[in-house]
Amino acid sequence: MDIDLMLKVYPFFLEAAWVTILLSVLTAILGLICGTLGAAARLSRFAVLRFLGAAYVSVFRGTPALIQLFILYFGGPQIGIQLDAFEAGVIGLGINAGAYMTETIRGAIIAIDKGQREAARTLGLSGWQATYRVILPQAARLMVRPLGVNLNMLIKATALVAAIAVVELTYTAQRYIGSTYKPFEMFLLAGVLYMIIIYVVGRGVAWLDRKVQIT
Amino acid sequence: MTEQTHFVEIRHAQKSFGTLEVLKDISLNVERGQIVGIIGSSGSGKSTLLRAINDLDPLTGGEIWLDGVQVNKTLPHRQYEKHINELRQHVGMVFQHFNLFPHMTARENVTMAPKMLKGLSQADADRLAEEQLDKVGMLERIDYYPSQLSGGQKQRVAIARALAMKPKLMLFDEATSALDPELVEEVNLVMKKLAEEHMTMIIVTHEMDFAASVCDRVLFMDKGVVVEEGPPSVLFKNPTQNRTREFLRKHIEGAS
Ligand SMILES: Nc1ncnc2c1ncn2[C@@H]1O[C@H](COP(=O)(O)OP(=O)(O)OP(=O)(O)O)[C@@H](O)[C@H]1O
Ligand SMILES: [Mg+2]
Repeated sequence: MDIDLMLKVYPFFLEAAWVTILLSVLTAILGLICGTLGAAARLSRFAVLRFLGAAYVSVFRGTPALIQLFILYFGGPQIGIQLDAFEAGVIGLGINAGAYMTETIRGAIIAIDKGQREAARTLGLSGWQATYRVILPQAARLMVRPLGVNLNMLIKATALVAAIAVVELTYTAQRYIGSTYKPFEMFLLAGVLYMIIIYVVGRGVAWLDRKVQIT
Repeated sequence: MTEQTHFVEIRHAQKSFGTLEVLKDISLNVERGQIVGIIGSSGSGKSTLLRAINDLDPLTGGEIWLDGVQVNKTLPHRQYEKHINELRQHVGMVFQHFNLFPHMTARENVTMAPKMLKGLSQADADRLAEEQLDKVGMLERIDYYPSQLSGGQKQRVAIARALAMKPKLMLFDEATSALDPELVEEVNLVMKKLAEEHMTMIIVTHEMDFAASVCDRVLFMDKGVVVEEGPPSVLFKNPTQNRTREFLRKHIEGAS
């Protein structure tokens, strides 16, 4: 194992790791927005919205994220969507992550005992008041851990955008393999950096989860 | 439309869940200050009838009137919601499983709805919480979370929460059924206190002794109909219907 080489290219990988982090953050934000809207649609009292929410989930969980990215990035221009690789990466992965988060958020909401809504409604709260004052604060606590799992998967999925030439960790590793012919060292370096990112995020999620629990 | 003469008036209530008919042509009047008990075996429709009164389980036929206002009147969705939300503020409900809000302290459980719906200031809300929790003997636990309370304590907080809206009618759906036997009495005492204050109450219960001691009138339901009703002294001692006798034999012997 060529440790010297690893130390030499390490700064470039670190730079690429920041791209991975930025990509993850933006994807997570977009994913949360899509997931919230998706869950709201799936729980709507309007059948059309419920159908659209369910369709969103089955389409984006039912096809490879890589294909979704390719359609958006390579197929997009054909239907008038011009995005650079980074934008396509964020939008493609964000919408994909949103489908998983839809199910997470919905799952947490429906896990709240229906007696909670009934008690709130019985006091005279409107459906919306019961949702934001009684249901969501409880569901939010249940969501932290499973959303953490979504986040973990999302960070790993950012590796896919190497395929559309976004210069993040995986792409950087591939590029240095081209010049060094040392795939073991380069992928190992990328892998270690992914692990660090995921470890830190995992600890953050665990901390948040503890913090929001009711005494 | 006939004149409203009773405080609560249920006319020909009918309720089906799909093809299952759970309430079959039930009529019932309750006067202001009256305490009516509903007894009957599991699945007879007691909860469904109670929950129809505040529209948690809307009827599929018949009418319910409360203090001169029809509960289940026909209105466009938005207006209907508004009407129901307004009406529910005057009807307290206590559930078998308490349904306290676990993310709120006893104080917050009690004050949430009054603050939200009546715009109470924090100071007024605190006063209200203290007054209501004191009434149910829970003042010293005012800042406890539900998870820190026993079942009986939870139920007393739940009663305080309902009372904080100053309801004119209280509905109890087996308020003590989920409690350990030694905790039943503390909740019953609170309900008796309400009875002494002439709160109008409709109480679904499996406790025959309790029904006999607080109710002015008791209804026996079976398979979606009111089989027999009368003052407890009559219904429990001299029931006229076979089905009532059979039910009472099982339940009173079973209890003693
Ligand atoms: N939401 C619902 N959907 C379908 N069926 C229901 C629903 N709620 C109640 N039922 C049915 O209606 C019937 C009456 O139920 P209800 O809860 O009113 O009985 P109950 O007299 O309160 O019984 P218990 O003493 O067990 O509480 C039962 O057969 C029950 O299965
Ligand atoms: Mg019941």
